Amino acid sequence: MRQPSLWRVIEPKWRTALQRIREERSRGGSGKLLTLIGVGLAFWVGVFGVLYKILKYFRGVEELGPLLAGKLLGLVLLSFIAILVLSNVITALSSFFLAKDLDLLVSAPVDWLRIYLAKLGETLVHSSWMVALMTVPILAAYGVIYRGGLWFAPYGVLTLVPLLVVPAVVGSALTLVLVNIFPARRTRDLLSIIALGAGGGLILLLRVIRPERLASPEGFKNLLDFIAVLRTPTSPFLPSEWATRATMSFLRGAFDPLPLVLLWTTAAAAVTLGAMLHRELFAPGFTKAQEGAERFVRGRLWRRTVGTLLAFLPVAKREFVLKDIKLFFRDTTQWSQLILLAVLVLVYLFNIKALPLHRGEQVSFFYVTLVSFLNLGLAGFVLASIAARFIFPAVSLEGRHMWLLRSSPLDLRALLWSKYWVGTIPLLALALLLTGLTNVLLQVRPFMMVVGLVTICGLTFAISAMALGFGTLYPQFETENAAQIPTSFGGLVFMMATIALLAAVIFVLWQAVYTYVRAVYEGQPVVIGGWMVLWFAVATLLCAAATALPLWVGLRRMESFEF
Amino acid sequence: MIRLENLTKHYGAFVAVDDISLEVPRGLLYGCLGPNGAGKTTMLRMIAGILRPTDGRVFLGGDDVHRNAIAAKLKLGFIPDRPFVYDKLTGAEFLRFVAGLYGQEGDAVERRIAELLEVFELASWKDELVEAYSHGMRQKLIISSALIHRPQYIVVDEPMVGLDPKAARLLKDIFRQFVARGGTVLMSTHTLEVAEAMCDRVAILQHGRIVAEGTVDDLRRQHRAGDASLEELFLKLTGGAHVRELAEVLGDGAP
Repeated sequence: MRQPSLWRVIEPKWRTALQRIREERSRGGSGKLLTLIGVGLAFWVGVFGVLYKILKYFRGVEELGPLLAGKLLGLVLLSFIAILVLSNVITALSSFFLAKDLDLLVSAPVDWLRIYLAKLGETLVHSSWMVALMTVPILAAYGVIYRGGLWFAPYGVLTLVPLLVVPAVVGSALTLVLVNIFPARRTRDLLSIIALGAGGGLILLLRVIRPERLASPEGFKNLLDFIAVLRTPTSPFLPSEWATRATMSFLRGAFDPLPLVLLWTTAAAAVTLGAMLHRELFAPGFTKAQEGAERFVRGRLWRRTVGTLLAFLPVAKREFVLKDIKLFFRDTTQWSQLILLAVLVLVYLFNIKALPLHRGEQVSFFYVTLVSFLNLGLAGFVLASIAARFIFPAVSLEGRHMWLLRSSPLDLRALLWSKYWVGTIPLLALALLLTGLTNVLLQVRPFMMVVGLVTICGLTFAISAMALGFGTLYPQFETENAAQIPTSFGGLVFMMATIALLAAVIFVLWQAVYTYVRAVYEGQPVVIGGWMVLWFAVATLLCAAATALPLWVGLRRMESFEF
Repeated sequence: MIRLENLTKHYGAFVAVDDISLEVPRGLLYGCLGPNGAGKTTMLRMIAGILRPTDGRVFLGGDDVHRNAIAAKLKLGFIPDRPFVYDKLTGAEFLRFVAGLYGQEGDAVERRIAELLEVFELASWKDELVEAYSHGMRQKLIISSALIHRPQYIVVDEPMVGLDPKAARLLKDIFRQFVARGGTVLMSTHTLEVAEAMCDRVAILQHGRIVAEGTVDDLRRQHRAGDASLEELFLKLTGGAHVRELAEVLGDGAP
């Protein structure tokens, strides 16, 4: 039998993608597209600008400049490879073993090689597109600074493609082996914990060793030692090093084909070996992937603890809250993100503690108050990111179960109420912890402590309501993976709206805090006068409106949902 | 009584349900038949309060499903065609959750859960996460959830899909007993033997409209079908000539 072309095998995927774009367009999605392009371009320009400045500085440094530029590129590409391998392992699990089209593909008379190549391509695209886009402004900055010319663009693509292929093959192969050892669903759980644990550990390590100290000149004992370190390849046997050498040799006008040959031959060899491994291990792995990660659960602990605490609530609300908590803590892909969250809080507090503020009484007071005040914005942004991850998807995740909720006598207000408080209470605890501990570390005065804690409470209520409201306005009912929901267009709109709210509240409160700072600085008594009260009232109104309005809009939107 | 008044549903220019009026009295098992895309599921989802009608009203025991939703839904048990259940809850937890949505809790609910799981042979699975359940077991769990609060009306979309013969027989018995005690069942089905054997009255839908309604005998009389089976009657009313063409197509490829 003549085998279908690879194009035919992946046809449902690209047709679905095209259809989605068409649907977005017909829904008047040109505004969406323009916003996404705008944000993407702003990000690109930002990355390009920062790197351009760094590389321009490097270029001005005799001898060391190109070495530093090469080292920097090597480190960036090395970190990309690490991210790509991890991302490919997780993506391959879905595309090779859990995807919905697998039953059709595996039962059809399609040979193993076509399935492998189709799924490898799918894995590669899903896990690498972000990294590929990220390299555009990076390589552009290198190209502009080192005058790579027009040919540098296709040359960059030629270098980048094998760099993406190798981690895709390695990631898929690792998944293939893992699935043959553990059931696929258990492997996903394990990987989530390992990936987030490793990511969190790395961030913590990087922060605790305080890399900023390396930038200070007294850190170097000997210039020759430093140059020797720079000349030594970071990882001579890794494709990232070959890609760096290929790029830098082209940019310095001393083209060396060897790294490029190494990249392409390694990619070709990897695909061949990957295909052979797939032929041997895919069938048993796929069979094993059909096994569930079944567990017997009694769930009495939740009922006895949270259930008892919530005994004052009507039964429908109580059961809804209990259900949401159980679902969260039984889904490893969800709760494991708390590891990253804990690391984030530690790094945050570490950064505050490392600030050199307490040097001289008067200056210290001003800067301490300023940092404590601006910290509200930063803490608000952290809370918004967390809300985007945990609260924004809450309504979308109910999509498949709406038949039950809508056909039952559950009032939609109760549903929204439960979702709101299940998200808000832990967020509020975190907000108070972040702000309170930061203020304690900064040794702020009671006035700023009270302003900080009250403001962060108001902001938390608003951020939580906005996450739920925007999540309802832009639901993603078809997405099974909760982690993908915040990266949707709605997630972007939510983050932009939250940043606008934070800016507005910070601006309004600054008027009041400035009066306080001035009074203390000038040795005057602090008087909470009419203007100060007015600014506090405006900030309160802003937070109240940002809480009530999204919830109201969300409720109206939820009432119009059709399934 | 389940009463539909000029029930209509549009999706853009497409009319899924077209001005249907219907009364299903208490103590009756009523079947909705029709080819794929006839509007059965849309109609049932409007009755269950999941979809809002473009026009018309639905009453359950005198309560408007959309204007007096809570009172109407308290009397209803809905069984959808696709068994989407929370994967990370156990069977018993899911039933307890559904009972909670209907405002029920306590020992009576626990006894009811045990009773339903026993009847549907899920008792040994009660503490296992739903993600490990088969399609048929999920379907049984959903049927149990529709019965947990002792509804007066059951609206069910394709009840036999995924059930083994024993469970299908059990469900038929449950529905018969339910209507014998004064309950009302409105179900859609493609299994014409089931409809013929179980339903007191049937309605045949096509292109969103009811094209025939009554007992099977009424339909035979109305359409001068003699002793024709419900299947023959159905094909006659919904364009069954295609079936013969289909048989020819399949015949061409037969070994």
